[in-house]
Amino acid sequence: MAILEVENLKTWFHTRDGVVKAVDGISFDLAPGKILGIVGESGSGKSVTVHSLMGLVPQPPGRIEGGSAHFDGSDLIRCAPRELRAIRGKRIAMIFQDPMTSLNPYLRISEQLIEPLLIHGLAEREEALKKAIAMLEKVGIKDAAERIHSYPHEFSGGMRQRVMIAMALITDPEVLIADEPTTALDVTVQAQILRLLKELQADLGVSVIFITHDLGVIAELADRVVVMYRGHIVEQGDVLSIFDQPQHPYTKGLLACRPRLESTFKVLPTVSDYLDEMEVDGQVELSEKPDAAAHIESLQQVADQEIDENDLLLEVSGLQVHFPERAGFFSAPKGVVKAVDGISFTVPRGSTLGLVGESGCGKTTTGRAILNLVAPTEGSVQFAGQEIAGFDAAAMLPLRKRMQIIFQDPYSSLNPRLTIEQALAEPMAVHGIGRHHAERRDRAAALLDEVGLDARFLRRYPHEFSGGQRQRICVARALSLEPEFIVCDEAVSAMDVSVQAQVLNLLKELQLRRNLTYIFISHDLSVVKFMADTMAVMEGGRIIEQGCAEEIYANPSEAYTRRLIDAIPRDSVSFIRERVG
Amino acid sequence: MWKLIAFRLLKAIPVLLIVATLTFFMLRLTKGGPFDQEKPIQDEAIRKQLLAHYGMDKPLGSQYLDFITNLAQGDLGPSFKHQGRQVNEVIAEAFPRSAELGLWSLAVAMALGLAAGLIASLKKNSFLDYCPMALAMIGICVPTFVMGPLLILSFSLELEWFNASGWNSFKDRILPALTLGGAYAAYIARLTRGGMLEVLSQDYIRTAHAKGASPARVILHHGLRGGLLPVVAFLGPAAAGLLAGSFVVETIFQIPGLGRHFVEAAFNRDYTMVTGTVLFFATLIILFNLIVDVVQIWLNPRLRST
Repeated sequence: MAILEVENLKTWFHTRDGVVKAVDGISFDLAPGKILGIVGESGSGKSVTVHSLMGLVPQPPGRIEGGSAHFDGSDLIRCAPRELRAIRGKRIAMIFQDPMTSLNPYLRISEQLIEPLLIHGLAEREEALKKAIAMLEKVGIKDAAERIHSYPHEFSGGMRQRVMIAMALITDPEVLIADEPTTALDVTVQAQILRLLKELQADLGVSVIFITHDLGVIAELADRVVVMYRGHIVEQGDVLSIFDQPQHPYTKGLLACRPRLESTFKVLPTVSDYLDEMEVDGQVELSEKPDAAAHIESLQQVADQEIDENDLLLEVSGLQVHFPERAGFFSAPKGVVKAVDGISFTVPRGSTLGLVGESGCGKTTTGRAILNLVAPTEGSVQFAGQEIAGFDAAAMLPLRKRMQIIFQDPYSSLNPRLTIEQALAEPMAVHGIGRHHAERRDRAAALLDEVGLDARFLRRYPHEFSGGQRQRICVARALSLEPEFIVCDEAVSAMDVSVQAQVLNLLKELQLRRNLTYIFISHDLSVVKFMADTMAVMEGGRIIEQGCAEEIYANPSEAYTRRLIDAIPRDSVSFIRERVG
Repeated sequence: MWKLIAFRLLKAIPVLLIVATLTFFMLRLTKGGPFDQEKPIQDEAIRKQLLAHYGMDKPLGSQYLDFITNLAQGDLGPSFKHQGRQVNEVIAEAFPRSAELGLWSLAVAMALGLAAGLIASLKKNSFLDYCPMALAMIGICVPTFVMGPLLILSFSLELEWFNASGWNSFKDRILPALTLGGAYAAYIARLTRGGMLEVLSQDYIRTAHAKGASPARVILHHGLRGGLLPVVAFLGPAAAGLLAGSFVVETIFQIPGLGRHFVEAAFNRDYTMVTGTVLFFATLIILFNLIVDVVQIWLNPRLRST
């Protein structure tokens, strides 16, 4: 007997450009005490599905066109708002993707934690507070009795997600819906949160719907899997059979596109290697590409580039970046934050150095200091034989052409008020590339083509593109100056795995074609392993381990590196078989 | 918090000193002086005596020194035009009237503006949004010197509900407060709507809904605080401006307030009166901005740590 039965659910959005069938007739059951994983890429309708169940779809433009969701005698889709409110937050609780924005910044943690108990009349204030403290301890927050009076901004991202979990579970709900709860977190923090969720689920016996775009997370956690694509369920089954014998080409693509530690792909397979989409009478037909298997086989054969180890493009030695720590504007510095504390490495031309570590380890500051975006305190940075550490803006200008950076967030790193053409042509104009407007436009069109976008997009604005497309535009912008060296600062961290694979392939392809040199910064070791030739592991502003990427994975010498590797979700069939037992 | 307030008050001293100095010298750079009239004073002896009486026969440097010395003791000096009266007295007499009008206007502005803005934000893109927002736009566009006479025309002359001018009974407060407060209400309505819409689209509002909170609780408990921050920021300078009096409204309704002194003193080259009112206004601005900052810190815990 299922605790929640969803049948033929349809949620459509009526927009100015027509009807978007975000969720179009899906059915699934949630078994009591089990974890159901819903997996799919952005826009597949997985979040809309659970928002529909919770009555959180903004209406208009959204409208639930049909279907039912039976939970203990009530139909969540049709019951009165008051009845739904009595269920939501009490018997069905929810945690959200971004812990930085999902807690009210104006209210103390204590206020927010006890709120569900007060709203649903489950406890008086004093008792609620005691419960909240106990719950905080349970989710692993130390000194809970004191820390409960903090505000959200005083907590780190991982801690906030723990608070969110405590808030959801405080009413002892029967169902917990987790909407991408670890996507915004570092891999190591993700591993902790997943472990916590597993423990709590086993402890409290709550049934869980877990939404993610990452099949690796599903493999660690779920009992049953629902795979969604374009508003439909393309496949569902128990976790072992989905991983062992995927039936649908989309599932196969999704499974293959995730970089793995053990895999030897030089080019990552993508969903489109498996999936054919054909539009027949306005209906999209999905089918498997006939030559998929052979094509995937060929991806393994792609040859690596020859790198001359002695042709060093970048030599960094003893680099330090210290920030003064001040109590107030006028007070003397209290001390220094040693963001980067004496690191040295070299990068041969045409190769990729992977820089890995947790948030705050100094990897981003390192990337910026090399480009003189922050001033190095000490040390030397030699680029193509020239000492550039501490160059001012004027001295850096000619070098900016040769050294570029791609940032993490493709949403905020493109100016929303510039067309794509303007965004691509601006750096060319600054550096005097192209004699006139028309020539720069032609170059911009060629760049778009090179990153796999249509030249017709030149007149569009950033908001008209998806995250993956925007990051391609950012790549094109970096390429517009024909640089030799690019710092990729968490360039794919905000992306779905399926889109991530495309962008990673693009970066590799461009490297081969243009003999580019990369510093690839990421917290995700599996991604770095795919990209990098050599690797440096950073902790507390220092490099604790560096060398050939393959070797470090095989034999990490530091416990910290080991921990980073262990944090990567395990998704091998043998692991799942052992876990499901 | 107390440290912050003390620090900010200390910082106000150099600011006021600069304002005083600038006003002092700029006034004396403008053509004409307090005793230049259409018919100039012919008698040289009278003129000299007059200048000597106000200390204007001394070199500019020592005039400035005298001015600053008196200022440090809180003495703004004698008015040039209001014979035999000190600037302090004039301000002390006129300010309460302007302040009262300002408070009433502020009350009107807050009541109308907050209500209209809240309703508009909750009923986005409906009649209840468009209608108050259109009114607010009109309120911003129609200047007080048009709104005031229009109100007088309809409510005093046609309907005869109120006096057309004067400042005696409570009823005399209504039309000026509506005129002056109406314009501010329009700004507040737009800021409230914008702030609330911004906040209501935040993730944590969705979290509140997911907890099962009622719509009223979501808006009042989770939305209002963040939504009103832009209004609070606007209220600082707005309140200072309202309390210091409006020349236009005080002229239209014949209210003997500070706003009129402010402008008249400038026309009359009443040096001490101008510096006095300017400094008084500057003090009000500093004070209200400080209050706003304190309120904002109280409302927004993220500001507390810095």
